[in-house]
Formats: sequence, C-alpha cells, structure tokens
Amino acid sequence: MENLLEFIKQYKKNRAAVVGFIVVVLLLLTAIFAPIVAPYSPNIQNLADRLIPPMWDAKGVSSHILGTDDFGRDLFSRIIFGSRISLMVGAISVGVSLSFGLIMGIVAAYFGGKTDLFIMRIVDIMLSIPAILLAIVIVSILGPSLFSAMTAIGIVGIPTYARIVRSSVLAEREKEYVIASRINGSSNFRLMFVVILPNCASPIIVQATMGFASAVLEAAGLSFLGLGAQPPTPEWGAMLSDSLQFITTAPWMIFYPGLAIFLTVLSFNLMGDGLMDVLDPKLKDK
Amino acid sequence: MFSYIVKRLLWTIPTLFGVTLLVFSMVHLTPGDPAAAILGDKANKQSIADLRAQMGLDKPLYEQYFIYIKNLSHGDFGKSANSNEEVMSEFKDRFPATVELSMVAMFFAVFLGIGAGIISAVKRYSIFDYGSMFGALAGVSMPVFWLGLVLIYFFSVKLGWLPVSGRLGYEFDIDHITGFYLIDSLLAKDYEAFWDALKHLILPAIALGTIPMAIIARMTRSSMIEVMKEEYIKTARAKGCSRFQVIFIHALRNAMMPVVTIIGLMLGSLFAGAILTETTFSWPGIGKWLVNAVYQRDFPVIQSTTLIIAIIFIIVNFIVDLLYAFINPKIRLG
Amino acid sequence: MKNLLEVKNLKTFFYSDAGVNKAVNDVSFEIPKGKTVCIVGESGSGKSITSLSILRLIDHPGVIEGGEVILDGKDLLKLSDAQMRKIRGREISMIFQEPMTSLNPSYTVGYQIDEALRLHQKHLNKKQRFEKVVESLDLVGIPDPREKYREYPFKLSGGQRQRVMIAIAMACEPKLLIADEPTTALDVTIQAQVLDLMKELQDKKGTSILFITHDLGVVYQIADEVVVMYKGHIVEKASAQELFKDPRHPYTKALLHSIPIPGVTPRKSKLDTVDDDVDYLSFPKEIR
Repeated sequence: MENLLEFIKQYKKNRAAVVGFIVVVLLLLTAIFAPIVAPYSPNIQNLADRLIPPMWDAKGVSSHILGTDDFGRDLFSRIIFGSRISLMVGAISVGVSLSFGLIMGIVAAYFGGKTDLFIMRIVDIMLSIPAILLAIVIVSILGPSLFSAMTAIGIVGIPTYARIVRSSVLAEREKEYVIASRINGSSNFRLMFVVILPNCASPIIVQATMGFASAVLEAAGLSFLGLGAQPPTPEWGAMLSDSLQFITTAPWMIFYPGLAIFLTVLSFNLMGDGLMDVLDPKLKDK
Repeated sequence: MFSYIVKRLLWTIPTLFGVTLLVFSMVHLTPGDPAAAILGDKANKQSIADLRAQMGLDKPLYEQYFIYIKNLSHGDFGKSANSNEEVMSEFKDRFPATVELSMVAMFFAVFLGIGAGIISAVKRYSIFDYGSMFGALAGVSMPVFWLGLVLIYFFSVKLGWLPVSGRLGYEFDIDHITGFYLIDSLLAKDYEAFWDALKHLILPAIALGTIPMAIIARMTRSSMIEVMKEEYIKTARAKGCSRFQVIFIHALRNAMMPVVTIIGLMLGSLFAGAILTETTFSWPGIGKWLVNAVYQRDFPVIQSTTLIIAIIFIIVNFIVDLLYAFINPKIRLG
Repeated sequence: MKNLLEVKNLKTFFYSDAGVNKAVNDVSFEIPKGKTVCIVGESGSGKSITSLSILRLIDHPGVIEGGEVILDGKDLLKLSDAQMRKIRGREISMIFQEPMTSLNPSYTVGYQIDEALRLHQKHLNKKQRFEKVVESLDLVGIPDPREKYREYPFKLSGGQRQRVMIAIAMACEPKLLIADEPTTALDVTIQAQVLDLMKELQDKKGTSILFITHDLGVVYQIADEVVVMYKGHIVEKASAQELFKDPRHPYTKALLHSIPIPGVTPRKSKLDTVDDDVDYLSFPKEIR
C-alpha cells in the first residue's frame, strides 16, 4: 500500500504522464460504453445525409457533431466505436508479443549456452526485417483481415520483448535470492516464473505500455493500406483510407479519425514515459 | 580492423539464411495451392499439375529451396504472377524512387533531429527543451499516413504551394540516367524540372522523416546529457575551451556513437515506412508496388521486394557498424 | 612572502527542492608563490567545490554566492566569461581524480595536450607545438613521447594517463596547479611516483599547487600549508609542520587519530574514529 502511494506520488511529478493516464482512462470508458456515448449506430447508412460537414461548419442545423462520411454514416459515432477496435488490437497484439517474448527471453537467459544462442539468433533474424515489412509478409500469408493484422503485429513484437526479458533475467539470475531459492530445491520452472520473473516486471511493464502504443499505430497503418480491418468496420486507419478521395471535398473525414489515432498513441506513450521515470529511470531514452 | 570486418561479415550469413528461408517458405505457408490460386477456379487438374511441375512445386522442399537460392544468386528473382514481367526489371524502375525519397527524408531527419537534440541538451530544462521533447514524443506517436494527408490538405489543397502526389509534373520529361530525379534533372541542366522534383519531394519527405527525426532528437539529447557529465568535459573546460568548443569538439563526437547506430537501424525501417508514405502520396516506389502485390497475392513480387529490402537493411547495418568502428578508436585499433 | 592567490569569504551554495546546501560557506585562505597548500576534509566537506569555484566551474544548480578570488590583484569572480577562459589552462590549470575518465576517449593524447597550446599560445606554429607536446610528455616521464603522441587514452595505464593529465595542465606553465585528489584512484606505488613528479615540476617551474585530498598521509608528504575543512567551513589552518605536531581543533585531532600516518602516529597507539554525533562546528576555529 505504501509502495503504491509512493508510486503515485512519483508518477504525479510528470504532468504529461498524468494527462496521458487520464486520456487512456477516458478512452477505456468510451470503448466500454460506446453504444451509450455514440449518438448513432456506426454502420447505419443514410444516403440523404452524405458528406455533411461538422456541426460548427454546417450551414443550418445538423445533429452530426463531426459530420458524416460518403455513406452518410455519423463520423463521431464511428470514431467512438473505433476505440473498441484499437484497444482490442493493442491488447491482443501486446498479449501475443508478451507471452511469446516472455517465454523465449526467460528460457534463453535461464538456460544460456546453445539454447540462448539459438533463440537469440531467431530474434536477430526477425529484427533484421523491418517491422512493418514483416507484418505485411505475415498478412499476405494469412490474407488481409483485422485478425491477420493483430496476429502479424503480435508476432513482429516478439523479438523486442524477448530481448528485454532476457537481459533483465540475466541481471537477476546470479543474485543471492535466486541462488538461495535454488539451494532450497526450487524447480527450474518455479525459479524462472515465480522467483525471477516478478523482479523483472519494471522494464516489461514499460515496454508493454509503449508496445501498446506502437501496436495501435501499426494496426492503423495496416488498415490504412487495406491489409487490416475491412470495410465497413469502423477502424480508424481504414476510415482514413476510405476518405483519401474526399480530401478536397470533405477534409473532416481525414482530420478526426487520424486525430483519434494520434491522441491514443500519444497518451499511451506519455504514460509509458511516466512509468519509465518511476519504475526504471536507467532505461530512460535508451 | 580487418579481423573485425571479417567477423562482422560472417555474422550476416545466418541472418541471410534465415531471411531467405522465411521468404521461401511464404508460398508454402499460405493456405491453398499456389498453382491453383494462379490459374483460378476454372482450371482442371491436369493444367494445375502442369503448372506445379513448371514452377518446380512437385520437387521436395529442400530441393526447391536450393533451386530458389541458385536462381537468386544469378539475379533471377522470378516473374510477376500478374504482369508476367521480370520482377527485377520493374524493381529497377521503382527502387530509385524509394531511395530518393528515403534519403531526402533521412537528411531532413538527421539534421533537424541532431540539431534539436543538441540544443535541448545544452539548454536543458528550458522552454525549448520541454517543447522539443514533447514534440519528439508527439513525433513518434504520429501516424505518418495521416500526417501526410494533413500536409497535403494544407499545403496542396488549401494553399496550393506544393503538388498533391507523384514525383514530377507531366509537362516534364527527363532522361532516367540514375533514376534519381533530383540528379537526373541536374545532369540534364533542366533546372525547372529539378525545382519541380524537389517540390514533389518536400511533403512526403517530411511525413516520412518525422518519426526518425523524433527518435534521433531524443537519442541525441540523452546521449549529449550523459556525455556532458563526463570528467573529460570538465578537463576541457578547465583547459580554457569555450562552450562551443566543449560541445562540438569534446562532447558531440562521443555523443554521436549511439546516435550513429540508431540512424543505421532506422535506415532500414525508413524503407518500410516508405510503404505508407508512398501509398499516401502515390509515390511510384517499391512500397506502393508491394502493397498492390499483396492485394493481388502476387507472391514472386512480395517475396522479392521483401528479400531485397531485408538484404539492403542487412547491408546498411553492416556499413553502420563499420562506421561506428571507425569513429570509435577502441574498436578501430583494438 | 607574497601570495599568488587569495580566497576571501567564498560562498558556493547548491539549490534544490529540498533546500539550500551551503557547500562552501565563508571560506578564506591564501596560496603563497611556489608553495603547496592542501585542503583536507572528508567527502562532502566542500573541498572539491572550493577548488572548482576558484576556476568558476560550478554548474547549475550551484551558484557562487559571494566572496573574492584574487589572482595577481584581480578578482576572478568579476571577470567576463571570455576573460575567465584565458585564465583557465594558462594561469590556473586543474587535474582530477579519475585518470581513466578525465581524458577524452575520441582524441589522441597528443591532440589533447596540443589543444591547450592552441588555445593559449597562439604564436606557436604547428611544428613548434608538436615539439612542445613531445617535450612535455617527456617531462612527465612518458617513455617514447613521439610514439605516444598518436596513442589513444584507452591504451595507457592509469598512472600514465594521470601523467598525461599533468602534461596538459602544465603545458602552458600555469602559476597555479589545482589537483583534486589526483592520486586517490591510483595504486600506492604509482601514487608516490605521481606525487614525486608534481614536486619535481614545482621545483623546476616554481608553480604553486592547491592539493585537495582526504588522505593525511599524502598531506604529510607534500604540504607546506594545510587547510582543514568540515561541512563547508574551515575549522583549522596552519603550516604543515605545526598542524601535525600540534593539532588544536577537535576535528583535526579526531582526523589525525583516525588513520596511521607514517612518521607522525606513534607506534602501537590506538586509532580512533571521527564521531558523527559531535558538532565540530561548535568549537572555535583555529586559524594560525
């Protein structure tokens, strides 16, 4: 409890990180209560109300806060529902990266020797292909869909987590408490996951927060390319790619979905930055 | 130094092996028969079997891999499944466009990034520092394709200062000597074309360079701050060096070492980032080509572009490591 | 006897959220020409800050709040930054504790000595400077100075690096050399060599030395005058002879009793510790 209070006190020093945290919480609430918050259903088309500008630009009265798209769908509602997709993509991708990266990193560091060499070679090879390219390769194998995009981003993230976990386990492995536990007869599994792992939590938490941000960004990118979420899914990146041709006539279709991506990613990054200050100051800017 | 180069060169072999293996197995990991996929629904069994034999798919896997590598080593990257053109010839047409864009973007990112990083480090805790570090965080959070669209909207649609898309206006026609329009137009002494090519480059280069710029700025700042705490900085000041000399002679050179590494790492991801930028700006490079190939499931094109980008990435990293060794006397002489 | 440098009522404070740390609080002492003055004290006593304040190398959040540092009649604290740069390295130079990190790893040894000449002796040409650098490397006892000119610091041992530091500091033949614990990080045998070198250079060039150390054994070997600092204040000031023979301030006595000094501490005498619970500042200052 005291630790938690101290943690909050330290975290609060970074104002930007507090703002990031608040936005993330708001985003989470928005996603949960999307049907209540959104004034319209995200996918209902109304061709009579096509390409209406945002409220403040609309001449005459309009009930569409951010205007409508080329199918007459309410942009604000689509963005609200889009938060569900982005948060889900972030959570699942980070989940995939984290679970595989964790196991690979901890096994490599704990067993060392040839196991370590083999695992880290795979990691190096994966890192020798730029992330978005590898993601595109995976998507082209699985075929374009939101599921493929999440899987691809998850796989692409594995090496980063594996490296971070490995280096922190390596640092912990030789410490007295581990040796003591080993002398007391702990099994390998217990040593790895119960004794060592909790002490490596800080850099992993920081990486997961930042990783969430980049997963959201990458998923939006893939969807923008048409390789992720498919229409009519209200995914922010996909919404942007639909709106390309309307850049002169309906620029609001471009501004707001992109702004949603930017603010979401920025908030998670700010939060990660704040967590890094508190949990792992040495990691800062590395 | 020589043994270091050899050692570093040997390290790339397993990586190359892994990358070719991955690219090779792409076709086989895909659900369904590639031959059937090419011929479509109406194909009969006999024609599928013929195509399989023609593509070498009936041979054992290791043999197929061996043949694949053999062809690659002859520069034979296969034919596009859709256009039936040699992959390599189209690649040669498009590659300079991507390289030109990436280079200009990197140039922009390196200069502004290092500059902002140095000023932030030197004027630590100033408004400039807070501003540029927040800007750097915003930069890495920026969806580049969106930034590209917003730039197009303001500078092309609203202000009409810069072109919306493409590499060069239709009214210009220049010889493709190097494939880099900036250089080709200068060689042809066609300064109007040069200016036009430059105008086409500005927005995509800014969009593509934003993330690397942000990363470089952050890295430069933290590296400079670390170095400025070193004892040898105190020595230089005690010697009577001016602030300028301390920063640019004593600090910068040491602070640049991690920055050089990160710049190298980013060169590769810049090619990848170009995929998004090229789509936004209809830039006729390999990124856009790759995306189209994925839509059409044109595997020879996907395989070749992936492989070539990965190889370039490996080569660039190799060069960066050499450069790093060169500026670090401990590796150069050790 | 004339004084080269006079420090009068120097105050250097550090400001932070937690409050003000008065690292150097009203410190005054003199450095006579050609003599060695030692400032002794524990870590945190303000001895290093005092020496850095003389060269005005105090960084944010530290501020020199007051006092005078008079060199040849001019107050260094009143000079412009540009004027101060002409003092550093030419009139006063400084060497530091960590020879492993106080040389720039990216430049050759020769370059780093040459730089001092380039800054302060602009009338010399490249060739003359090269000869001077080689000469100074020779002077500080580096073998094969012509070869070593091109060497990078990581190739040299700790003792050799400290010799190079001394060569940089002595390149322009300054009037005062400030040495901030220059031997602390070195092996005992190397320590003695470096101290001998400094004394030898002092005899040859007539340089005054301000020596900062916590090691009374070193003080005994080289000091003419001794300044004892404790928590930012000077508690005792005396000639080396007087101080070791007849320490007056309780803190000095405690310090002297806490470590054996060859030639001073009687054999088999009991060692004591400096008592953290005693407020030594409550005793009157002993300035002789």
